[in-house]
Amino acid sequence: MSKEETAQPEIVIEPQRPVLHYWRDVWRYRELFLFLVWRDILVRYKQTVIGVAWSVLRPLVAMLTFTVVFGLLAKLPSEGVPYPLLVFAAMIPWNFFANALSESSGSLVASGNLLTKVYFPRIIIPAGSIVVSLVDLAISLAIMAVLMLWFGYLPDWRIVTLPLFLFLAALPVAGAGLWFAALNVRYRDFRFVIPFLLQFGLYVSPVGFASTVVPEKWRLLYALNPMVAVIDGFRWALLRGAAGIYLPGLLLSTVLSLALLFSGIWYFRKSERILADVI
Amino acid sequence: MSTVVTVHNLGKKYTLSHRQGGDHASLRDMLTDGISGLGSRLLHPFNPSDSGTTAAEDFWALNQVSFNVRQGERIGIIGKNGAGKSTLLKILSRITEPTTGSVRIRGRVASLLEVGTGFHPELTGRENIYLNGAILGMSRAEIRKNFDRIVDFSEIEKFLDTPVKRYSSGMYVRLAFAVAAHLEPEILIVDEVLAVGDAAFQKKCLSKMEEVGSEGRTVLFVSHNTGAILQLCSRALILEQGMLTADGDASVVANEYLARVTAVPTEQFLCDVAPNTRVWIRSASLRTPEGAIAGTVPMSQEMRLVCRLTLAVPANITLSVQIKELNGTPVYHFPNADSGTTLPNQPGNYQVEVAIPPLWLYPGKYAVQLTLNEVAGQLYEMRQIVDTLGFVSGQDFAACPRTLGRHAGLVFAQVNWQWGRVA
Repeated sequence: MSKEETAQPEIVIEPQRPVLHYWRDVWRYRELFLFLVWRDILVRYKQTVIGVAWSVLRPLVAMLTFTVVFGLLAKLPSEGVPYPLLVFAAMIPWNFFANALSESSGSLVASGNLLTKVYFPRIIIPAGSIVVSLVDLAISLAIMAVLMLWFGYLPDWRIVTLPLFLFLAALPVAGAGLWFAALNVRYRDFRFVIPFLLQFGLYVSPVGFASTVVPEKWRLLYALNPMVAVIDGFRWALLRGAAGIYLPGLLLSTVLSLALLFSGIWYFRKSERILADVI
Repeated sequence: MSTVVTVHNLGKKYTLSHRQGGDHASLRDMLTDGISGLGSRLLHPFNPSDSGTTAAEDFWALNQVSFNVRQGERIGIIGKNGAGKSTLLKILSRITEPTTGSVRIRGRVASLLEVGTGFHPELTGRENIYLNGAILGMSRAEIRKNFDRIVDFSEIEKFLDTPVKRYSSGMYVRLAFAVAAHLEPEILIVDEVLAVGDAAFQKKCLSKMEEVGSEGRTVLFVSHNTGAILQLCSRALILEQGMLTADGDASVVANEYLARVTAVPTEQFLCDVAPNTRVWIRSASLRTPEGAIAGTVPMSQEMRLVCRLTLAVPANITLSVQIKELNGTPVYHFPNADSGTTLPNQPGNYQVEVAIPPLWLYPGKYAVQLTLNEVAGQLYEMRQIVDTLGFVSGQDFAACPRTLGRHAGLVFAQVNWQWGRVA
């Protein structure tokens, strides 16, 4: 009997469950997390006829547009890098940010039925949609590799730091994703806010141009947008240090991203308790 | 036997906000509360009392509920619509948090609040078995171990690699139940699952649950069907307006429930709040042919069931009326389809009247249960059950001068006796 008890710890349900149990549950439900990710990936490529081709086509068309507008027409500086590469290196983290944010913010509402019928730590839903977006990121990286071979512009040692910047990209994605996922349940208007935010964000982030076009005195202010440091980092790592890296900005962005992440977790946890009642 | 579930002083408060224009707050409401309102909203996002624009009212869906469950007990939970049964199950399944009190559960819990939760139409049967199993709390190893048995039980082997969107609704439900049936929890929590599917399937579900119970596992079972509770459970609880009002031997409690339900035979069911957002019954009453609310109806007289319902969306609905004895034994059952009647399927408010011919029931109390189903393909989904109606069948001395005793029979028949001399 006592042996069974140690194998099966007692579940206590009461108002304001302690935090510790929550993270223990997240670990316990890791298989469900993987299954949900697996489901989303399967469904995504089963439903669309051209499936993967879609993930290739979209960033390529966007890259061509930016190259023509900013590189050929506006003649912005390219830091000695072929303009398409400059744009695509930025497109990789930006598209990840945009996809993951829009997917995760709608994720709770989309799985409303699941939330009202089964228990699991709700955080695995938005977290899962972020992981699914990594598939597109991987496809984009593969395209980048092909483009670099095409232009004969190969990366140097700096490429090993890429995972670091990928991690830096995941912080604001997760933070904003958690905020919006929880807010979206209560205030459905947020589904209109996010596309607007992303469209706006695409132009205030240095996707179509190098962030060196921003005057030096504004660089720190510009770094308040956490994607600035991420995009600069991707360019630095992939394009042999082109466009350089602005350290104060990188630090500021990192701090801001961490703040966004922790406040996101805090707000999500707070909202999670009553999620099933209001969805 | 050790105690596996301890429910202590459990309460759940909902705040009903009387707000125009739907359930979900809009950003505009939030913004019109002003910046200070916005700040406090963000800090207390789900506390509408912060907002000046809405009137709020507290509603206790559960109030001071306490009980213990010992290992291997099978407990039925009965109660009217809105008595708090679903809320209790949702708290026990950890879907929602209580407002007061605590629950302690020892052992692995599986809750079946629905058959086929999380099934994805684009995925194949095989993929859905894994997905649904994981959602119900099985590990990958367990699913793999039980995979062949699940497939056998569901009888869909040939279609294992077909997306479930191409399944008939019968196949879909069989597969979903097969997964659920192979859960191996120590404590099983079941809600209304039996409301879906045809009679044969419901029977299969019931016998599977009996099997689970006989294996010494603990079962908590919510049902409107006192008959099913009597078949499955050894002990039953009654919930009334969020409070636990009876706890004891299943047959005693089930009788008590039916007696209470029909204690006021003239009672009219009224429901102003939509229990779901698609279709619902607003009111129902039993009336005499003249239109008065019926209390005691002579057994030789007609009755009318008058029911007002609302369709918020286009939907194919069916209504069925079941007349039961107070111990749950069904006596009559008449779905609208039996009379060749099709009910409205366009949005709107409707009044439906059922003219019930003389039933010739022996004098005594009877319960009337009204069930509203929505039909999608061949699948019946229960939307609402009204189980608060009842009537007293009265002796008709013109038809039978003798006092009829219930021990002798249930349905009276006017028969014709003849005799003649034979060689």
